[in-house]
Amino acid sequence: MMLDATDRAILNRVQDDIPLTPHPFADLAAELDLTEADLLARIERMKADRIITRFGPFFDAAAMGGDFCLCAMAVPAGEFESVLTKVNEHAEVAHNYERTHRLNMWFVLATETPEGITATADAIETETGITVHRFPKLQEFFIGFKVAA
Amino acid sequence: MSTIDDTDRQIITALQGGLPLVPAPYATVAGELGIAEADLIDRISAMKQSGVIRRVAAAANHYKLGMTANGMTVWDVADDQITELGAQIGALPFVTHCYERPRARPDWPYNLFAMVHGETNDEVEEKRAQIAAILGEACVQSDILYSTRILKKTGLRLRRKG
Repeated sequence: MMLDATDRAILNRVQDDIPLTPHPFADLAAELDLTEADLLARIERMKADRIITRFGPFFDAAAMGGDFCLCAMAVPAGEFESVLTKVNEHAEVAHNYERTHRLNMWFVLATETPEGITATADAIETETGITVHRFPKLQEFFIGFKVAA
Repeated sequence: MSTIDDTDRQIITALQGGLPLVPAPYATVAGELGIAEADLIDRISAMKQSGVIRRVAAAANHYKLGMTANGMTVWDVADDQITELGAQIGALPFVTHCYERPRARPDWPYNLFAMVHGETNDEVEEKRAQIAAILGEACVQSDILYSTRILKKTGLRLRRKG
């Protein structure tokens, strides 16, 4: 789909925190000089077209007492699909990307307890026979999550 | 670390798929949970205060917005300079995530990760060169890993307790 200037303005705004009020879309619509119905229809359309992949609260597993960890594996080409199936079967695997490196499978584990990271990564190692390198964050320098539309 | 109670867990479970796109979304969710809308908003507000909820917002798809090149730039930065330099790299407008992470020698000598998005690989390379210029001699080696396929993207899923 083509995004018009209004869609882009909406997209740039709604990647930031929206008002926590009984009628957040009416409040946002007023900010953007739109009607609530037009704003909701445009957000619905962008969601249907997968331009917006999710709309709602972003949770921090670490703040809930859980943890996140970036992990990487060097998966032989011939085994890639079978290893992928085993890795993705774990509900703790939140994102997974294929990347151009000897370490070619990169995924994020999100677990409800810190022990969950070790348990899941160890289970994947056992199931696949491949080392799961673990790269927990030591310092976070800024999360500029926004994409300019 | 904060504690969340059973009601909070029910709220998280109800909202992890997203907020209903209706005029009064919190009233809808509160109705499903059998609690008052004002209580739901208060609890979400408390979870934002404690950091359990980072924000209520949209996640945009980089690929659909034409940002099809996505490079994870990785750098081997002197440990005694990483805090200062990491802050400078994280502040660059084209860096979307920036972290210090442990090295895993000998396979992985890099301790600074900076995610760079662009419309083309050339654009990502040009941004990578800007990072290299800032790091200067504090960085002895670097690499860039392009993503070639999204293999999974679901976000956090809480398991039901018990």
